Amino acid sequence: MHEMSIAMAVVGQVEEAARAGGAVAVTSVRLQVGELAGVVPDALSFCFELACDGTVLEGAELVVDSVRATARCAPCADEWAVGMPPQLCCPLCGEATAELLSGRELQIADVHWDEGPAQRRTREPISEER
Amino acid sequence: MCRVVDLQQAVLAKNDTTAHHLRTELAARGTAVVNLLSSPGSGKTALLERELVLARETGVPVAALTADLATENDAMRLARSGAPVKQVLTDGLCHLEARMLGGHLDGWLPEDTRLLFVENVGNLVCPASYDLGETLRVVLASVTEGEDKPLKYPTAFGLAHLVLVTKTDIAEAAAFDEDAFRANVEQVNPGVEVLLTSARRGDGVGALLERALDAANGAPVHRPVMAQQHHSTHTHTHAEPGETSHDHLHTHAGRGEPGAATDASGAMAQTRG
Repeated sequence: MHEMSIAMAVVGQVEEAARAGGAVAVTSVRLQVGELAGVVPDALSFCFELACDGTVLEGAELVVDSVRATARCAPCADEWAVGMPPQLCCPLCGEATAELLSGRELQIADVHWDEGPAQRRTREPISEER
Repeated sequence: MCRVVDLQQAVLAKNDTTAHHLRTELAARGTAVVNLLSSPGSGKTALLERELVLARETGVPVAALTADLATENDAMRLARSGAPVKQVLTDGLCHLEARMLGGHLDGWLPEDTRLLFVENVGNLVCPASYDLGETLRVVLASVTEGEDKPLKYPTAFGLAHLVLVTKTDIAEAAAFDEDAFRANVEQVNPGVEVLLTSARRGDGVGALLERALDAANGAPVHRPVMAQQHHSTHTHTHAEPGETSHDHLHTHAGRGEPGAATDASGAMAQTRG
């Protein structure tokens, strides 16, 4: 159960970015989780809620996009969904020629946050308006 | 005002960066790390005891760090070899992280260490996700664990540089089907070497030390398919319509295989342990 460590890493990274970006509240975090990332989305959601407590992410929603694992065999010009358990030998030639295209993602995709009124940007007039 | 910020950061980027720095620092002083992963009770400690004794006999400066939730039993067993040994108690944490390992090495690891064996927490799930700065990642499975173990724990076996089968002295009693085991390893990690060992009988003892020394000396290490996924990097910030800002937030995409260079921020991971 390393999902708590993963959740804390997510919260830590988003907190840093939010601080740098002047956010006052993070409302949602979208994560890409590959089939082969070794992370259980339900366990991660549970841990995420706990890890957000008392941070700028408190109450933020975690959106998990699952990413299917796919591989390619260049000599056979074949691409396949590796499945679970994964088949990483080429199903056509049976050789160890596979190249993993997707499935190991454990990535923070995007984050929605609110910026405080103080951070509100004022629109600069374009030159024609001056 | 609400903003959508495209962070595109690998969640484990900090661990990967810390691991990369640790690997570089250790390499500069001539030390290579061997990360040993297996389920509890697969015979990591017994095999490691034999390998440490052999290393001492052949004059290879080795050290071992062993991680468990509780007890110093493993360290006591390994210390009988005469090699420097450190027990790390994780207080319940299921895996080691690079930052933790680095902290434990400070002031302990003898300068002249050629090989540092890290006996990870007995667990085939969580430790698989954490690069510890190792040069060689070894996954062990005993003959009693079932031939389908590699399929049940594909991430652990899929990222291994070397697979060791242990307790082959009881293979017959356990009706271990070597061909089936090898086929299952091949499915998740095509081309990885599988070696048979029995610490009790001495079969295959020395193979781990040999492979570790080869890797430490710069011999090419197996590259698992699962460790080779390339990620596209992509860094920019989407503002709400009407906004034109381009805040370039720090981005690090792509979790490479252990050994791959990473260049994310050098800050330490913020996990406990």
